[in-house]
Amino acid sequence: MPSTIRVRAVAGDDSTEVQALIQHPMDSGFVKGHDGKLIPPHYIEVLTFKHDGKVVFTAFWGPAVSRDPYIKFSFKGGKKDDDLGVSWIDNLGKSDSSVAKIMG
Amino acid sequence: MAGHRSVGDHGPLPTRRATLQVMTLVGLAGLGLAGPAHADNAPGWPAEAFQKKSQRDALQALLGMQFESTDKITLEVPEIAENGAVVPVSISSSLPNVTSISILVPENPFTLAASYKLPEGTAAAVSCRLKMAKTSNVVAVVESGGKAYGVARQVKVTLGGCGG
Repeated sequence: MPSTIRVRAVAGDDSTEVQALIQHPMDSGFVKGHDGKLIPPHYIEVLTFKHDGKVVFTAFWGPAVSRDPYIKFSFKGGKKDDDLGVSWIDNLGKSDSSVAKIMG
Repeated sequence: MAGHRSVGDHGPLPTRRATLQVMTLVGLAGLGLAGPAHADNAPGWPAEAFQKKSQRDALQALLGMQFESTDKITLEVPEIAENGAVVPVSISSSLPNVTSISILVPENPFTLAASYKLPEGTAAAVSCRLKMAKTSNVVAVVESGGKAYGVARQVKVTLGGCGG
């Protein structure tokens, strides 16, 4: 199965800028499906980024984060070809993870 | 029934005690499951804060405090969002030692939208996209040096993001 995680991390002079797009329905539980029944809540709760064995960013999300969520942040350090680990877990216990190479 | 049981009678007593202990454990487990947090919530996820309906309650559950106003937070949101399902939000702050940035939408069914933990070395700047049910303030709350600071800006929503 293809990864749900797309990451673009670019190292600058002293920090790395990270942009990520996750494929996820982020169902709020307030929207009705075609059958007229509410689609049960299904959303990412925790998204974590790791660099060099250290957590550099943690997102706690609720049902108000948009479908196929986007996130952008930056952290000090990181250089070209370093690994950036990304993982998420949702309210149904599903999860995915990926390792991206930082670009120069 | 059990009123005349002697001290030396070890018959049914331990069994009954064991049964009671098991029942107590089951009872506690039941309470845990019946509480607001699901047993399978992701570790660290602030379940209680995400279930609050008012800004005050959500902040109290999340940070244990309310925020002071500041001019050291930049909150970028559209003035008018034609599509409430995708409202871009960018927050940055010049406050020192920022440890978290949280976003609240008081008119949504649940107020807290997102909360970001920033370890030392991570910049006090984050962008994401949120759903808004209707016109509401968007509130950015930044934790800095153990205190909370916040700003609010209104976003007019012409088509809600929670009604499909």
